[in-house]
Amino acid sequence: MQNLVEVKKLKKNYGLKEAVKGISFKIKDDEILGLLGPNGSGKTTTIGMMLGLLKPSNGEIIIDGKKIEDNRIEILKKINFISPYIELPKKLTVKQNLIVYGKLYSVSDIKKRIEYLSEKLRLGDLLNKITGELSSGQKNRVSLAKALINKPKVLLLDEPTASLDPEIGDFVRTFLEEYKKEMKISILLASHNMNEVTRLCKSILMMKDGIIIDSGSPNELISKHGRQNLEEVFLKLTRDENEYN
Amino acid sequence: MRMSIIRIYGLFLRHFFLITRSFPRILDLIYWPSIQITLWGFISNFFASHSSYYNNAVGVILTCAILYDFLFRTSIGFNMLFLEEIWSRNFTNLFIAPMKISEIITSLVITALIRALIGLIPAIILTSPLFGISILDLGIYLFFLFLSLYIFGITLGILVSSGLLRFGPSFENIAWSTMFLLAPFGCIYYPIETLPVIFQKIAYSLPLVYVFEEARNILINNTINLENLYSALKLNAVYLLLAITLFYYSFSVARKKGTLINIGE
Repeated sequence: MQNLVEVKKLKKNYGLKEAVKGISFKIKDDEILGLLGPNGSGKTTTIGMMLGLLKPSNGEIIIDGKKIEDNRIEILKKINFISPYIELPKKLTVKQNLIVYGKLYSVSDIKKRIEYLSEKLRLGDLLNKITGELSSGQKNRVSLAKALINKPKVLLLDEPTASLDPEIGDFVRTFLEEYKKEMKISILLASHNMNEVTRLCKSILMMKDGIIIDSGSPNELISKHGRQNLEEVFLKLTRDENEYN
Repeated sequence: MRMSIIRIYGLFLRHFFLITRSFPRILDLIYWPSIQITLWGFISNFFASHSSYYNNAVGVILTCAILYDFLFRTSIGFNMLFLEEIWSRNFTNLFIAPMKISEIITSLVITALIRALIGLIPAIILTSPLFGISILDLGIYLFFLFLSLYIFGITLGILVSSGLLRFGPSFENIAWSTMFLLAPFGCIYYPIETLPVIFQKIAYSLPLVYVFEEARNILINNTINLENLYSALKLNAVYLLLAITLFYYSFSVARKKGTLINIGE
């Protein structure tokens, strides 16, 4: 397997504050990499730099063989993002939103793509509904459809199942597993749901205070730290004051 | 790399869907220009019957009101399109789509024009039966006056949007007040000589004064001073270039400071 994403010595400073302190990692083809860390650990900043929303202070991000800083538009065509903190235009219908984003991503056969995603994500009855009037579970599936409209090679997920009930959450996780298997895409999953990370990710990065403090598969981390589950590992690592600074 | 018409159309479509889905939104676009023009129509009728200056040109104030409203709608229209993305928390989605800055600006420029025309055309149509005045009296030069105002309106829109990019939603109040700040220097309803000398210097550095002076010149004196039109277009070109440069700069600073990642949340 090749590395579709390579992050090398990535740094981000806001004035004197170092939000990300020279992290490096890789995401292979057909891999879901988990990104764990407490609030303020630098996860969102890292994702922001991978999306081209933030300019790194140092280091580089290479996606599909190209540096994002030199090829921002070309790379944005190949990646996409979902987060519960951003929304699609609320006044448009679901179908209108998907058409708009289909155009923005220059999707060649938008109608066919919408049909495919509607079927996979059970959006058939929602297409003509106003996006702002949907439940959070329905909105989540619509956002996921938007995030897949361009058949991304790399998908960045920031807490994709936050605020969803267990049934919808499970549906989304199952969908992601199947979609990754079918399309062989690379996924970076930032989440606070340890069960989700354990289920979906073969490898995990643990971040704290802007650095990667540990990495490995869920089982490796659990056994290395002598804990029962990933949540206990997370708590141990994040509560160890100053150990990594 | 060239601009993509599909992506420009995509962003236009987002605002087209928004407007056409909502009757109140269409009404809102038409309502304010019509009220504004009607109000100025009656004021202009009053002035025309009580002022020797406006004696020979009943429609001067009303024509200038229509021109100013077009400028106002274009500028506010551009800002609204940008603010709409912030209000709907769609800002991040837009900036992670593979859209070039030039494509975003082009799409918003076209959409802002259409929004302004939706409001203005009914208002212009109203003036003829209500006040017996036609803005078409300005002849072929009307096109150049509108063009100048359109470019300046867009320029202001781009400048304010640069501020929104750089400083985030806290810049919103400036978006609403820019036109009011510049209006006194634009000499919309009075000749430039009315201003104190120091203000005249400021006024001459803006394209507005040349546009409105020329509109009055055509309607009152029935003459054309092409120099005014050239001056307006030259200044517009300079300001537009500056505004676009500032927009690119603001985008770059926003990426450094992290505004883009926080603005949509």
